[in-house]
Amino acid sequence: MNKIIKYVLYDILRSRTIIGYTAFLFLMSFGLFNLESDPTKAVLSLLNVVLLIVPLISIIFGTIHFYNSTEFIELLVSQPINRRKIFLSEYLGVALSLAMAFVVGVGVPAMLFNPGPTSIYLVTSGVFLSFIFTSLAFLASVLTRDKAKGIGIALMLWFYFSLLYDGIVMFILFYFADYPLDNATLLLLSLNPIDLGRVLVLLNIDVSALMGYTGALYKSFFGNWVGIALAFGLMVIWVMVPLFFAQRKFVKKDL
Amino acid sequence: MITLENLSKSYGKLQVLNNISAQFNAGQVVSIIGPNGSGKTTMIKCLLGMVLPDSGRIMVDGAPVIKQWEYRSKIGYMPQISRFPENMKVEQLFKMMRDIRKSNKVLDEELIGQYNIPAMFQKSLGSLSGGNKQKVSAALACLFNTEILVLDEPTAGLDPLSSEILKTKILKEKNKGKLILISSHIMSEIDEVADDIFCLVDGNFRFYQSIESIKEITQEARLGKAIAKMMAV
Repeated sequence: MNKIIKYVLYDILRSRTIIGYTAFLFLMSFGLFNLESDPTKAVLSLLNVVLLIVPLISIIFGTIHFYNSTEFIELLVSQPINRRKIFLSEYLGVALSLAMAFVVGVGVPAMLFNPGPTSIYLVTSGVFLSFIFTSLAFLASVLTRDKAKGIGIALMLWFYFSLLYDGIVMFILFYFADYPLDNATLLLLSLNPIDLGRVLVLLNIDVSALMGYTGALYKSFFGNWVGIALAFGLMVIWVMVPLFFAQRKFVKKDL
Repeated sequence: MITLENLSKSYGKLQVLNNISAQFNAGQVVSIIGPNGSGKTTMIKCLLGMVLPDSGRIMVDGAPVIKQWEYRSKIGYMPQISRFPENMKVEQLFKMMRDIRKSNKVLDEELIGQYNIPAMFQKSLGSLSGGNKQKVSAALACLFNTEILVLDEPTAGLDPLSSEILKTKILKEKNKGKLILISSHIMSEIDEVADDIFCLVDGNFRFYQSIESIKEITQEARLGKAIAKMMAV
């Protein structure tokens, strides 16, 4: 399995997209920390960009890479290698390189300018989001043979999680404002990995006070180790579930 | 060596393989023939686990192989259309395959030499012509000295000299006691290398006989005409 990951990584490094992505993240983080005098504020701005960019790049790059690897996968499938292994190696190759790009591009400047738990949460959330959206990308890719359709599905997923979902949540909160929604908001939160990432970082900055009653609720829930462990547990589930379905589909697929 | 039992496969409404059974033994060169779209490639892909049949069993050396993968170390496969990672170099491809299969058998580099593949080692696979890709593919299929060779239209796209090299190679491997499955449309070639013919029409089994008996039944000296007569029946 390590061998196949090695060849996948080699192929990814050749395309140079990942290097460009790393450089972009690095320049952006570096710039933001230099523009803002208060590093906490910079982390906040960084968070907003990261939550938009990381899922988008991960899901698009993951999908394109999967379709471009069709030949490689076909070649390997006729060799004495388990299909599950081929699939997981492809996944780990892509997810690890995206996560590495994030750690180098955002993690290093964040730890330099603003060492502390906030930066650690930011980096962890970013790494998780890379894994989650690569997992969703692979799910989108095995669903259809058509590359254009696959990228379409991937973009729809990103659009849903990044933009649409918050709209729906706002709508629900507004519409049912007369009812107690504390637990409902917690549930809604766990249904979107991007929101999970956002809350984890925000709670470590004092702006959570600005989030009113809901913020206080989050703080009481995520403010302790149990809550944080639960949040990361949910993120792990967000990685595993799409990956599991994608793998199951891939193993049965006719090539 | 290979047994197919009641193999069926359909893509949606299209029945590609319909209840196919067969037995192929070591030392045999079997040619799988049939009109375009008769299920030859699907049958081969089922054998390699690239396509999962809807029902039926496949046994290699007596063990069922569907959803297994270890058995593929016994098979060298040359696909109909060779598709390789575009920006990988030929040399890297050979290195990678060796690395992945890590076979402890002696490697068979005869075709690499005869096709002068080291001359293209530094070229990327995307830049190779169709014929050169076929040569690389043939060399890879033979490289690991496997007991079974599966060649899907091997000489399509090869120049006459290269096809001749491949045919000589097939006969040589046959004499080592290997089982060789070839799908082909070129009757003269089949006549030269194959012992038996397995015929599929629209996913249905038609006949599986030795070339001699086909010629005898039809009273034709040329295989092409003999097959045409068999199909007309």
